[in-house]
Amino acid sequence: MTALIAVKNLSKSFPGVKALQDVQFDLQAGEVHALMGENGAGKSTLMKILAGVYTRDEGEMLLDGVPVEITSPAHAQALAIGIIHQELYLMSHLTAAQNIFLGREPKGSMGLFLDEDKLNRDTQVLFDRMHLDMPPETRIGDLTVARQQMVEIAKALSFKSRVLIMDEPTAALNNAEIEELFRIIRQLREEGVGIVYISHKMDEIQRIADRITVMRDGRYINTVAAQTPMAEIIAMMVGRKLEHAEKHIPDTSANEVLLDVRGLSRGRAIRDVNFTVRRGEILGFAGLMGAGRTEVARAVFGADTIDSGEVRVHGKVIALKSPRDAVQAGIGYLSEDRKHFGLATGMDVESNITLPSLRRWLKWGVFLNRSAIHAVGQEMVDKLRIKTPSLTQVARLLSGGNQQKVVIAKWLVQDCEVLIFDEPTRGIDVGAKSEIYKLVNDLAAQGKAIIVISSELPEVLHLSHRILVMCEGRITGDVSALDATQESLMALATRREEQAAPFH
Amino acid sequence: MSQDSSKASLWSRFSGGQAKQKLLAFASLLALILIFTALKPDAFMTQDNIIGILQSTTVIGVLAIASTFIIITSGIDLSVGVLMTFCAVMGGVFLVNWHWPLPLGVLGAVVVGALTGCVSGLTITRLKVPPFIATLGMMMLLKGLSLIITGARPIYFNDIEGFDQIALGSLIGDIFPALLIPNGVLIMFVMAAICAVILNRTALGRYTFALGSNEEAVRLSGVDVNRWKVIIYTFSGGICGVAGLLIASRLNSAQPALGQGYELDAIAAVVIGGTSLSGGVGTILGTIIGAFIMSVLINGLRIMSVAQEWQMVLTGLIIILAVYTDNLRREKK
Repeated sequence: MTALIAVKNLSKSFPGVKALQDVQFDLQAGEVHALMGENGAGKSTLMKILAGVYTRDEGEMLLDGVPVEITSPAHAQALAIGIIHQELYLMSHLTAAQNIFLGREPKGSMGLFLDEDKLNRDTQVLFDRMHLDMPPETRIGDLTVARQQMVEIAKALSFKSRVLIMDEPTAALNNAEIEELFRIIRQLREEGVGIVYISHKMDEIQRIADRITVMRDGRYINTVAAQTPMAEIIAMMVGRKLEHAEKHIPDTSANEVLLDVRGLSRGRAIRDVNFTVRRGEILGFAGLMGAGRTEVARAVFGADTIDSGEVRVHGKVIALKSPRDAVQAGIGYLSEDRKHFGLATGMDVESNITLPSLRRWLKWGVFLNRSAIHAVGQEMVDKLRIKTPSLTQVARLLSGGNQQKVVIAKWLVQDCEVLIFDEPTRGIDVGAKSEIYKLVNDLAAQGKAIIVISSELPEVLHLSHRILVMCEGRITGDVSALDATQESLMALATRREEQAAPFH
Repeated sequence: MSQDSSKASLWSRFSGGQAKQKLLAFASLLALILIFTALKPDAFMTQDNIIGILQSTTVIGVLAIASTFIIITSGIDLSVGVLMTFCAVMGGVFLVNWHWPLPLGVLGAVVVGALTGCVSGLTITRLKVPPFIATLGMMMLLKGLSLIITGARPIYFNDIEGFDQIALGSLIGDIFPALLIPNGVLIMFVMAAICAVILNRTALGRYTFALGSNEEAVRLSGVDVNRWKVIIYTFSGGICGVAGLLIASRLNSAQPALGQGYELDAIAAVVIGGTSLSGGVGTILGTIIGAFIMSVLINGLRIMSVAQEWQMVLTGLIIILAVYTDNLRREKK
């Protein structure tokens, strides 16, 4: 059978970097082909070449066995290659239909006015094909991220795409939404669409993919069946075996309670939440997207106002008017969206590290003490093994894992005793993940109190000593990590109140 | 190790993208000067004309320094031109009407600027009015106040001994008689040097960049974002007060109808100097070069007897061209 797309000996260089070297890849009609590799392995570059964003330096590309040059994103669309980027490019003030047919709006009889009815009808056809129950007139801003992603898929299909590239499509989805996405992917596969699926989530890939191609450092490593054991695939990705330490939970029951949260409430998002974290303890928060975990973290950190409740650090009640109060009390928050909330991406590494504690690095209370800032920046870079060419490297240019470390560093410098990690490994590759895990364990061993929020149940299970499960703003479970399983956590995460309003 | 890294960082500070931008702006300035010198050698490169150019850059230069801070935070201040006039007017009230001693009147004018900036900052942070609207309102309000206070008539400083020396005297000329550089020019360069240090070496400067780079990250770092914004607007307002003194001293009067439009010239100088309107990037040196590009261009065109209408057309084109070339350079990176 001729491959839908075949790539042979493809190479691509950027100034100073060989991004791709002799890469092979092929996609059959009606298959889901997963592309795996650590960040910087070249997955995105390869996909951008297929989508016409970049042009290749060397090598061959065949579409249905015929050599082809893909010169622009528009050209790729015309060749029936659609890409769904990790960041969604939708206009939140327009409707789903208006987004899908942007730039291709059907015109009415006069050729002057837009035919809004046809627009919605055409969209409805697409949604029907996907078995998606959603009115085409819905404003994008009113949709969940998952639904927005469905709109992107519908948009790709509207170009009659035969090749669909998905870059980390489940990064922001909860389990129910992932199921819906997988249903649509399976259906498209049956219709003969070839799907390239990029993801870091191993379990997902084994469920949805037919074949897996692994890349490392811009090179092609191998293509294997999706049933290949995970350990083997990870070994191919990182080029070495990852250590898997026995899980050991220290006894922290006699330690001082560092953080004590009582009766925290805010509207429907947080309802009477109580918990404590002791010195040396790692407390996990599990739950579905929208269960209120991030809301609790932001409330404890003073980033959002609360209706009632109190937060004690070292037994003393702290005022919760702004993050400033929380930081002064020794609470640090590593937000789930590093680029938007955690890092000043345009500033350099040392400036980011010293941002919360800047007052300490001033001479006469006014001037920056640059040598002290360098010294503490260097100390943190060494201690956390942050990979950066220099302390003055702009944070935006670091990889996800190293950006995360910069955010951790800034709270360590500030001497925070309570650290809240919100989705600490989102968008981080496997190798960096295990380093972050080790770091979190080390910090706990040093006597910090740690809260970890994660949508990935294996991560919560792996990291935590104790796990709180949330559903619809309430805490529905408090279990030891030794007793918990993915299934038991899931059951708690979906334990809704009897008379709760139907969830949309 | 740390020795190495501090060396590396010093080098990158001076050789990085910002330095390249300044180099480009500086090259443009040199090119303009060479062109005008070649076309009108006997009129352009004379001592009188050079001092004229320096003199005419002072007010816009100082206003542009004030705007640089605001624009790096990704804000905008449309009131700087009219605030300058308001400070000049209040200086007139203090010195001429109320007979305050000169140093106190000068200080008073700067304090008026700072307080007004503070009010703008509070409007933006407490009332949550976007900077564009808050300072647009402030611009109209101040213009009206200036006219009300003066009865729409200029206040003359003829009887205030030494006031005209603020901008027109020459401390340097007193020491080196060959170098008759007016004090106004000296003040602009001193202000630039002080502000460059503040921008690059103090917490205020660090937060100015941080706010423009990612305000939410700064807030989540536990920094009181609102307080620092108010401080930055206050500081910028104080600099506008200095500009007010400079223009009043040069004209030896406070002209209440003057000032509107200066804010746009200042913003143009800032942008030509490589400061990004979306915030997080900018330098004082770039801004000063930008201000000089504007005044050299206007001066040169006037010497070549280009009609004033055409001067405006050309200036507009140059501003667009400057930002366009800057974009090209960024895309290449």
